[in-house]
Amino acid sequence: MSAETTAAHPVAIGKGRDSERFFGRLFLFYLLFSLAIGFTMLAALLIKVLIDGIPSLSWQLLSAGPSIDPAKAGARPAILASLYIGALLIAFTVPIGVGTAVYLEEYARKDRWYNRFLELNIQNLAGVPSIVYGILGLAFLVRGLGLGRVLLAGALILTLLVLPTVIVASREAIRAVPDSIRQGAFALGATKWQVVWKQVLPASIPGIATGSILALSRAIGETAPLLLVGAVAFVSFNPTLLGSFTALPIQIFQWIARPQDEFKALAAAAIIVLLVMLLGLNAVAIWMRNRYQQRW
Amino acid sequence: MATQDITNAGARPAPRLGARKRRPGEDAIKVALIACAFISVATTLGIVIALLQPAIEFFREINFIDFITGTRWAPLFEPPDFGVLPLISGTISVTIWATLVMIPFGLGAAIYLSEYARPRIRKWLKPALEVLAGIPTVVFGYFALLFMTPLLQKVGIDVGTFSALSAGIVVGVLLIPTVASISEDAMAAVPHDLRSGAYALGAPKFKVATRIVVPAAISGIVASFVLGISRAIGETMIVYLAAGGQPNLSFNPTEAVQTMTAFIGATGLGDVPTGSLEYKTIFAVGLALFVMTLVMNIFAIRLVRKYREVYE
Repeated sequence: MSAETTAAHPVAIGKGRDSERFFGRLFLFYLLFSLAIGFTMLAALLIKVLIDGIPSLSWQLLSAGPSIDPAKAGARPAILASLYIGALLIAFTVPIGVGTAVYLEEYARKDRWYNRFLELNIQNLAGVPSIVYGILGLAFLVRGLGLGRVLLAGALILTLLVLPTVIVASREAIRAVPDSIRQGAFALGATKWQVVWKQVLPASIPGIATGSILALSRAIGETAPLLLVGAVAFVSFNPTLLGSFTALPIQIFQWIARPQDEFKALAAAAIIVLLVMLLGLNAVAIWMRNRYQQRW
Repeated sequence: MATQDITNAGARPAPRLGARKRRPGEDAIKVALIACAFISVATTLGIVIALLQPAIEFFREINFIDFITGTRWAPLFEPPDFGVLPLISGTISVTIWATLVMIPFGLGAAIYLSEYARPRIRKWLKPALEVLAGIPTVVFGYFALLFMTPLLQKVGIDVGTFSALSAGIVVGVLLIPTVASISEDAMAAVPHDLRSGAYALGAPKFKVATRIVVPAAISGIVASFVLGISRAIGETMIVYLAAGGQPNLSFNPTEAVQTMTAFIGATGLGDVPTGSLEYKTIFAVGLALFVMTLVMNIFAIRLVRKYREVYE
């Protein structure tokens, strides 16, 4: 830097005059402040939830059903329902999402209008407000098919909600597999599907798994669409596939909405349970990415 | 398989790499994959049909002009009023406050990450910031209601228990990573030659960032704003919990308002009878919400594509 400065013009490249240096500092301060706002809010949120929730964190929260008496209330049916929904969601989302990604990356001709339309459609779906998916579920699954407000309807609607996420992650993972792998397999006489199934998919599993787990963690925390397809106030029994249900975020929502402070404390404790579940899922995703990531 | 005969009937122009003999099942697999891809098209169609059909029935009973210009929203009153303006004003009010938070701070974070942060720091900062976006919105609702609102009251802003301001600020915080991430992608795509040229002319770092990089990445940055605003409009749980449930034609940020999303949530939560006018209001308001966000999303997607075409 100093090599370019002379005594007559003591201007370092990228530094400028004094007034500019002042504005530069001010600007950097603004940038750091912007970043700090996000992290401060995150810290405030976590501290607030921990302070409010830890006193109510007990075995009862995990083992008891809901009750009008906050001293006896727990979230067992809600937690179980969220776990069921998560399992169903993975079973539905991964095959459909990976199938779509394989079609788009390996089979589809990019110059065809319907393939471009398909891509635009998936991008748009990713931006549709989650409550609109709830309306879709209400109209077709709950009322149209007559399923009623059951766990399966909730799982199906969350599947559609996170499908674009899984498709995008799977496409990126598939695209990262170098073409030389495909060409090598083709040269040995493999068919298209043999190439995809034996070479491309095994190589892209880490990326697909990471994306799927992140989609799962989004779905488990999702509340709005479930308001329309589920959200029975009082479910004290363990959930079944075609029975009414209440998921953990819905339970939290209902406790927050109650006027008594004891229920708000319960809500905070349930939020801790929810965040721990999500933290676990994200940790698994990060671990898988670091453990199995391949560099070609 | 019939399709196989047709494809094999024509002579191939050139020998192709890969297996000569078609395995039975290859085509079946392709059909299965297309079926997977079709599910996302069916989802869009399903949303449109689900919204349109009851909405059309709704507008047979309620005059569209009255719906769009009416200033009173009281579907449960006798006689009921179906003027959607209070819900729209509530949505706009919350969105304005969210925008005022997410645009300056999201852009500031993006500029820092793209232009100032060292690669190793960026590698940690970016995912850490995105943790914010991964927290369920119902948790943010709790935070808005029981932390942000008391905090505002403590610093002397006279907000009620439910307010557009408190909900809007928290929605804005939630969306900082969205704006930052998309803007940062756009700025990272600006070629290094542009920056080097400006430095060579003696420009200080902040001028390179504000006069070279930001203008060059402007379409992507605007796209991030549009996408953020569209998310704010569609946000449900924070506004449901912290902005209130009272339709209110007012832009006063300290008052409670009901947004379109909160109305849909509140009405859908109750067991409204299928086919009733009240049931159809969900779809009429949902349609308005869907159209608003769809237009913004398509606009944003086009902007993102534009900057990609320029530099790749």
